[in-house]
Amino acid sequence: MSAVTKTAPRESVPRPDRYRIRRDAGPRGVRWWTEVGWRHVVGIVMVVICVVPLLYVISASLNPSGTFTGSNRLFSEVGLNNYAELFESRYWRWFVNSFVIATTTAIGTVLMGGAAAYAFSRFRFSGRRAALTTLLLVQMFPQMLAVVAIFLVLLTIGDVIPVLGTNSTLALIAVYLGGALGVNTFLMYGFFNTVPREIDEAAKIDGAGHAQIFWTIILRLVSPILAVVGLLSFIGTFGEFIIAKTVLQSPDRLTLAVGLYQWASDERNAPWGLFSAGAVLAAVPVVVLFLLLQKYIVGGLTAGSVKG
Amino acid sequence: MTEVSLGGPAGRGGTRGSDSHARRTGPGWYVKIVLMAAVNALGLYGVWTAVMVGSWGVAAFLALAVAAADWVYFSRRMLPAKYLYPGLVLLLAFQLFVMLYTAYVAFTNYGDGHNSTKVDAIAAISMQNERRVEGSETFPLTVVERDGELGFAILRDGEIVVGDAETPLEPAAGSDDGARVTAVDGWTALEFAELVSRSAEITDLRVPFSGDPAAGGLRTQDGALGFVAAPVLVYDAATDTFTNTTTGVTYTPNDHGSFVSADGEELTPGWRVGVGFENFTAIFTEDRLAGPFFQVLVWTFVFAGLSVVTTFALGLFLAMVFNDPRVRGRKVYRSLLILPYAFPAFLATLVWRGMLNEKFGWINEVLLGGAEIPWLTDPWLAKFSVLAVNLWLGFPYMFLVTTGALQSIPGDVLESARVDGASRWRAIRSIVLPLLMVSTAPLLISAFAFNFNNFALIYMLTGGGPHFEGAPVLVGHTDILISMVYSVAFDSGVKQYGLASAVSLLIFVIVGLISWLGFRRTRTLEEL
Repeated sequence: MSAVTKTAPRESVPRPDRYRIRRDAGPRGVRWWTEVGWRHVVGIVMVVICVVPLLYVISASLNPSGTFTGSNRLFSEVGLNNYAELFESRYWRWFVNSFVIATTTAIGTVLMGGAAAYAFSRFRFSGRRAALTTLLLVQMFPQMLAVVAIFLVLLTIGDVIPVLGTNSTLALIAVYLGGALGVNTFLMYGFFNTVPREIDEAAKIDGAGHAQIFWTIILRLVSPILAVVGLLSFIGTFGEFIIAKTVLQSPDRLTLAVGLYQWASDERNAPWGLFSAGAVLAAVPVVVLFLLLQKYIVGGLTAGSVKG
Repeated sequence: MTEVSLGGPAGRGGTRGSDSHARRTGPGWYVKIVLMAAVNALGLYGVWTAVMVGSWGVAAFLALAVAAADWVYFSRRMLPAKYLYPGLVLLLAFQLFVMLYTAYVAFTNYGDGHNSTKVDAIAAISMQNERRVEGSETFPLTVVERDGELGFAILRDGEIVVGDAETPLEPAAGSDDGARVTAVDGWTALEFAELVSRSAEITDLRVPFSGDPAAGGLRTQDGALGFVAAPVLVYDAATDTFTNTTTGVTYTPNDHGSFVSADGEELTPGWRVGVGFENFTAIFTEDRLAGPFFQVLVWTFVFAGLSVVTTFALGLFLAMVFNDPRVRGRKVYRSLLILPYAFPAFLATLVWRGMLNEKFGWINEVLLGGAEIPWLTDPWLAKFSVLAVNLWLGFPYMFLVTTGALQSIPGDVLESARVDGASRWRAIRSIVLPLLMVSTAPLLISAFAFNFNNFALIYMLTGGGPHFEGAPVLVGHTDILISMVYSVAFDSGVKQYGLASAVSLLIFVIVGLISWLGFRRTRTLEEL
């Protein structure tokens, strides 16, 4: 908030009475409209644009007819039968799949990324610079560019170890974790470097081993970045589509993204009410999580660039 | 591979410093031993299976991974490696290796019809081209079932033999009525109703007559009478050719992984071979493919560029609008404005797909009073819709980022500009924007890279459509390169992994170039 007050003079007109701008003494009448009022107009228009699709999907999810046309009159009829029908569908299976995959990936990403960042930040070893550069390069190429090759490799692995082949949850998690190091190590590396080395050294003198330092000291000190990386990884995996769609095939193993896509694109049956109810339920935890942790997420988003 | 990643973190937990882990045998040490044992056991089991299946690449990778795990976690040195190993193994397998594999596949004709090795192709050709031997004997046949797999049982020289698609006919215990087998131990004979309901499966089934492929296979047309079908095409290993036993035509292998006769008839399936730059020349020169490809290429840049520009412009505009302390309720506005960003993007895209539906969508039916505007099926409107939906999805991010950047611009700089007589617009252009760019330029580059490969948006909203007429692959006016890759590989009827990988490789090159240009500007590499 201090930053906000700092910028305050910029927007006000440079007049001798500048120090008077506060709520009770702000501009009034026409001047209020040209300087402040129009901002509210813009804000209200944008808020409507932002909120309407969300209201629409909530209304559609509550519409008992469950059809496109029925959903168009917002909140004309309200009933919970779409939500009830979800229990008879595969929805909850997909929900569990998505949850398990995203949670496992998030935990794995945090552990592996944290360990790698610890190694890069605290040890000096030959090949360190080269490895960091490689990671930086790898980070440029999203994993999904190789989606065809991933599919073919999983086909080959599946001949040997079926649980790691195509159509396997475990294989999908392994693929996601393969992309974890490239994306997150740098974000974490920067944060690890801000933890003073003196803390490690003090612990070492007290007889702590490197593993003890890592698990009991460093990981605790960097927990904000762990939360950010874990959360971003969770949300990213939750919404990941192309690899999940390629790897998973049987209807029971799909993730929410793939399953709900099938519902929404099913022109023949058009289970629109079912889709809307599923979408609302899937979105609620993410939105709540996001709004609660807004500050950290936004910090994490810009950390890579603002730092340095 | 998973066992390795499982073994990693806790394995590290057990490693009590470089000084010793023999002297310190705490709980962590036991966990480490147990996990390492599991890693070794599972790894060796994997190696063994891979060798049995003949999958040498997988076997070699697993063997190396297990050996490296042992070396890293049982050595007293290798401290950094203990922390890097799990991530690196997965990174190698599912990021670096798949990239190299993409490059390899791009130079092959891998795809439907060329899926496997030459040996497999020869076996498949021999098996698929069989015909009933003229005047051969018929066998009263019994269709039997085991674990859902169908098999045939017949009397061969008075002896009961049974087999299924995988295993050739072998003697088995059972009973018969002199002409026909009535029961086989371990199998159940099919009832008449089942014979009818599974007739398609039964007429497709071929049971090898013996271990020698040339002996042909036992088949049936009606589920009651079996006959031996012998290969029409016979492979001769010495000359590496197939010969048709009835017509006498010979088929020789060509350099595209197929057996072809002199008059150009091709046997299917073929096998996977390297085809050099053929996939690339096809993309750039083959008329029916090159046209769509260039349209997709141009649209990819336009889409990514416009997405960044529009989201940034709107985000910055809103950030400036609400960066005024006199506006009451800014917190409320901000929370509501970032809702589209908090709502999972894939769900929002699907909701928009429904709202933009031509006949029943909310936009047409309610907002525009029943107009039937083809938002997603007209080439230009579809492009507009894609950009508009992406603007809706993306501006809150830019709003957040630019708000942060605006607030970090020191007020005194602006004040001094004002003292020097700069107008508000001039101050924005000459001071705010340049300062803003310093912190947001890298984010804009990554936003561009993200949208360059924004598969989910395109695929979920329009599916790439409306599709180009007459293109040999299923691509359309809103397809971007990555969705073209997916379509060529999986959605176009004939799966062409080679061609798809070639397009992937082109994306790699483009993304690499863009990032390199970006890095040259921001010099991130210098700050390691």
